[in-house]
Amino acid sequence: MQQIINFLIRNKTFITYLVLLSVALGLTFNAHSYHNTKFVNSANWITGGVYNLSDGVSDYFHLREYNQQLVEENLRLRSLLVNQPEIITSGDSLFPADSLLRNYRIYPATVVKNSYSKERNYLLIDQGKDNNIGQDMGVISSHGLVGIVENTSSGYATVQSVLNTLSEINASVKHTNNFGSLQWDGKTLNVVQLVDILRAAPIKAGDTIITGGMSSIFPKGIPIGKIRDFELDVSENYYIINVELFNDMATLDHVYVIENLDREEILELEKQTDE
Amino acid sequence: MNNSGLTNTILFIFLVLIQVTLFNHINFLGYINPYIYILFLVYYPYDRENTIPFIFLSFLLGLSIDIFSDSGGVHAAATLTAAFLRPVMMRWAFGVSYDYQTIKISKTTYGQRINYLSLLILTHHLVLFSLEIFSFAHLVIIVKKTIFSAIFTLVLSLIFISLFSKKKT
Repeated sequence: MQQIINFLIRNKTFITYLVLLSVALGLTFNAHSYHNTKFVNSANWITGGVYNLSDGVSDYFHLREYNQQLVEENLRLRSLLVNQPEIITSGDSLFPADSLLRNYRIYPATVVKNSYSKERNYLLIDQGKDNNIGQDMGVISSHGLVGIVENTSSGYATVQSVLNTLSEINASVKHTNNFGSLQWDGKTLNVVQLVDILRAAPIKAGDTIITGGMSSIFPKGIPIGKIRDFELDVSENYYIINVELFNDMATLDHVYVIENLDREEILELEKQTDE
Repeated sequence: MNNSGLTNTILFIFLVLIQVTLFNHINFLGYINPYIYILFLVYYPYDRENTIPFIFLSFLLGLSIDIFSDSGGVHAAATLTAAFLRPVMMRWAFGVSYDYQTIKISKTTYGQRINYLSLLILTHHLVLFSLEIFSFAHLVIIVKKTIFSAIFTLVLSLIFISLFSKKKT
């Protein structure tokens, strides 16, 4: 017994190191595993507050760009409104009467922390549980797809960016309806990979990629990007398509969170079917 | 709290804030960021008898950065490892006979300083990027990121140390 205690005292630094290292590695593996709610995330009031403060300062330097983007989007929406008089607006949510968007509710949000240079990128937005934001809601910008909400606190939410090696989003080629899974290999900013598109699909560079509507997160038809180039995978049955995003992920600011009002129902039904 | 405790607390908070608000967003050439918060390990006084607070503080420092940058525990593991290996690196850089307790980083020669910082930064960055990328298939990316980021961190650390060292009277 004495020896054991002596041993512990002699190696107390090393033991402390091992204990703390296993905590750190545990957190790391927890973050690596797909779609697990993380213990450690930036959706809390301290980090949110700090990022909000620094974002408030840096926003002033980009006001001109943001205004330009908002003007462009207003222009686009206004032209839609003119062409489709049946669209009605209520509060801050849009309910286009005659489209798939009927079952979706949209909330505006601002990106307070952006990240795009790592392998696994997460954004932080300034809307949280108090604003009805919940896990697995889609996030888009005026140009297209951004990511999926992962963790939420009362006032903030982290968003798993499409530039995240864990991200997997259902997407399809616009004019052929072939669908596959959108992933990122972590190599190039703003270039993601669409995999599992059958070899028979007639695709060419420049084709538009949109969300596929096979998930309960995004409505069908949200623009993602256009095909840059493509090649066959090892099995030579499927294409690996490099997709250039319409969004510039490095300059995101104003985004929209999409809530699927039927999501609970769909998940419930899927669960029953699985049983 | 004595004077050095207060200094270290302020340094801790200052480094975390400056890292997450400024240096995490530099993205030089697309992906190179300096990890300047490692300077805490340089400034924290060495104490042969009482190493556990230092190791624990380093873990906490890394964890703070992790919370801000949503990266699991990679910064915590990297900083912790660098802190644990610090005595070995001091021995390599400053020699065995050196009295570690009196070392002030601003009083060392440039050769010693660069050696010591390089060792510390390379260890930290190697663990950091290995865990962050976590795939041996991407070994080249790990090495590339480690080396380029390490150079960036080293240069900034040297500037920082020169700027904030007390003038010799």
